[in-house]
Amino acid sequence: MTKANTYAELLQLPDDKGHFGPYGGRFVSETLSHALEELENTYKKLSQDPDFQAEFDKDLAHYVGRPSPLYHAERWSRILGGAQIFLKREDLNHTGAHKINNTIGQALLAKYTGKPRVIAETGAGQHGVATATVAARLGLECEIFMGAEDVKRQSLNVYRMKLLGAKVTAVESGSKTLKDAMNEALRDWVTNVENTFYIIGTVAGPHPYPMLVRDFNSVIGREAREQSLTQNGRLPDALVACVGGGSNAMGLFYPFLQDEAVAMYGVEAGGDGIETGRHAAPLCVGEPGVLHGNRTYLMQDNDGQIVETHSVSAGLDYPGVGPEHAYLKDIGRVNYVAANDEEVLSAFRELTRIEGIMPALESSHALAYGRKLAQTMTPDQHIIINLSGRGDKDIHTVAGIDGITV
Amino acid sequence: MTRTEEKFAALNAAGKKALIPYITGGDPKPEYTEALMHALVDAGADMIELGMPFSDPMADGPVIQKACERALASGASVQGILDIVEFFRKKDSTTPVILMGYLNPVEHMGYKTFAANAKKAGVDGVLLVDLPPEEADDVVPVFKESGIDTIFLIAPTTTAQRAAKIAAYASGYIYYVSVKGVTGSATLDVAEVGEKLSGLRKLTDVPLAVGFGIRDGASAAAVGQVADGVIVGSVLVNCIAEFAQEPEKIAPALQKHIKAMREAMDA
Ligand SMILES: Cc1ncc(COP(=O)(O)O)c(C=O)c1O
Repeated sequence: MTKANTYAELLQLPDDKGHFGPYGGRFVSETLSHALEELENTYKKLSQDPDFQAEFDKDLAHYVGRPSPLYHAERWSRILGGAQIFLKREDLNHTGAHKINNTIGQALLAKYTGKPRVIAETGAGQHGVATATVAARLGLECEIFMGAEDVKRQSLNVYRMKLLGAKVTAVESGSKTLKDAMNEALRDWVTNVENTFYIIGTVAGPHPYPMLVRDFNSVIGREAREQSLTQNGRLPDALVACVGGGSNAMGLFYPFLQDEAVAMYGVEAGGDGIETGRHAAPLCVGEPGVLHGNRTYLMQDNDGQIVETHSVSAGLDYPGVGPEHAYLKDIGRVNYVAANDEEVLSAFRELTRIEGIMPALESSHALAYGRKLAQTMTPDQHIIINLSGRGDKDIHTVAGIDGITV
Repeated sequence: MTRTEEKFAALNAAGKKALIPYITGGDPKPEYTEALMHALVDAGADMIELGMPFSDPMADGPVIQKACERALASGASVQGILDIVEFFRKKDSTTPVILMGYLNPVEHMGYKTFAANAKKAGVDGVLLVDLPPEEADDVVPVFKESGIDTIFLIAPTTTAQRAAKIAAYASGYIYYVSVKGVTGSATLDVAEVGEKLSGLRKLTDVPLAVGFGIRDGASAAAVGQVADGVIVGSVLVNCIAEFAQEPEKIAPALQKHIKAMREAMDA
């Protein structure tokens, strides 16, 4: 089988049981099984329904503000002296990140299934804000679960959610971060499954979530591919995106999977450095296991207990990763690398000062690695970096690191 | 006959229902667990569900979450729990022990190794909360080969079609989850549970045990009217939490609950 052949088959995944090779699946307690089967059937039907697609496209255009630009960062590219860097500007979306692409889609599913209440987990608060936003617009009751640690780190987004009418529940169990928020959201869902739609914020969780979140975010890659062809007359040589759960990366990568000549890099959170053990890079150094409804790479100890993660960015502070990424790693289609906190902060400052664009700390992981990658390439080559979100929410964190209270 | 089948047969012959307490292994410290298991049996428990603590117990309420945290903080591990069962078996060869937990620690040890070690320790069954039948094809045969039952859950939301599939797979007993929710949540509706169970009886001869929402003699007796077994967890784990710092008080507190339930169920 040729490589191109294998890559074409990637577009057919997951299989009927939600598997990407050995990964994915639906590992949930029995109470949720039926709800997931229902969701799968609803999505199968609606994803073929032209009215549903038209409504989704219309919302993306008029509410989110798509298409987002593919911006040539000429000045930064020139200073770096390597490949031309193009930024896919998801930071310009309504609510400031790629997360809204998915919440618009899932909120439409909630509307079609008639559930009056939505819940979500959130780390950085971007997915929580995006969920609260669509809930406000559709008049749905909304509760957001957020680790108590993240509530502190991302207080601006907490208040945004409250202004939007959502109830924000601080989760005090475990490490008090994103994984614990997801545990709590799953517990709520088990209890209120009859009237509640769970809007998962990344390409993780039980089948069909990894598939449908990818599909809703694939608009990023479809646009970027078309924009490359129309603006530059060619496809890029490489794509770079940060990977927490992996939704912005999957959204960018998926429409390019068959384009063999396009290299792909997923950048995990290196925290204090991979060698310190204080990071959130399961694809770089984790092992396969089962958490939050799917089999994937996890950060775990010798007894199979999930370990605490560390990252300057709340949105990447997660010990698992979407199962499709696990598979793309194993077959070698995507390279997974890490950027540590220090490199990330430096990239954050650099883009702000050189291009006048303040990126989210999550996205700054992609920038940090993209910067290194560009310098190994030539000026006639092209890289697309997914600028998954804007940095306003992180000003507190950066100021704190600078020793300034704002 | 397996130990579990023998137990249910004996209870049946005596016209009694199985009282099945749950405690988390290693809570508050691994060195206490074996004695607590014997204390439960002495007070009238027929079988024991022993929790294998997990860092992310997604199907559990705050009571059992905290129990997992206490156990892990004091060094509990999967092999450590198996060792506890092995010690328990030296003094008690008739009480079935079912391990209950989440998939990842077991998968991490490896299904074959786990099954072999569990067999050696004297474990009778395993219930993995996040292992639905669809994903169990690689697991059930490995356990079966070691003579270990795989216990599955059926919930109020389980469709008839799924229930049939689960019943076909089940051995030991089926755990019917009485309410939509996590462990330790609301009280159950016995009439509704009874109705569900009579539907399930048409599908299988495997005993049906009911858990979630049973907290005292009255609820245990009521569920005993419609089920083959009564599972009680959070109430007991609460006792352990209350006396975590005065461990000598744990066993008497657990026994008080078990005795009250036993009496009410046998009345
Ligand atoms: C701006 C931004 N980028 C990336 C992420 C990470 O999520 P994912 O890997 O699913 O794209 C987040 C999560 O909060 C985010 O807010």
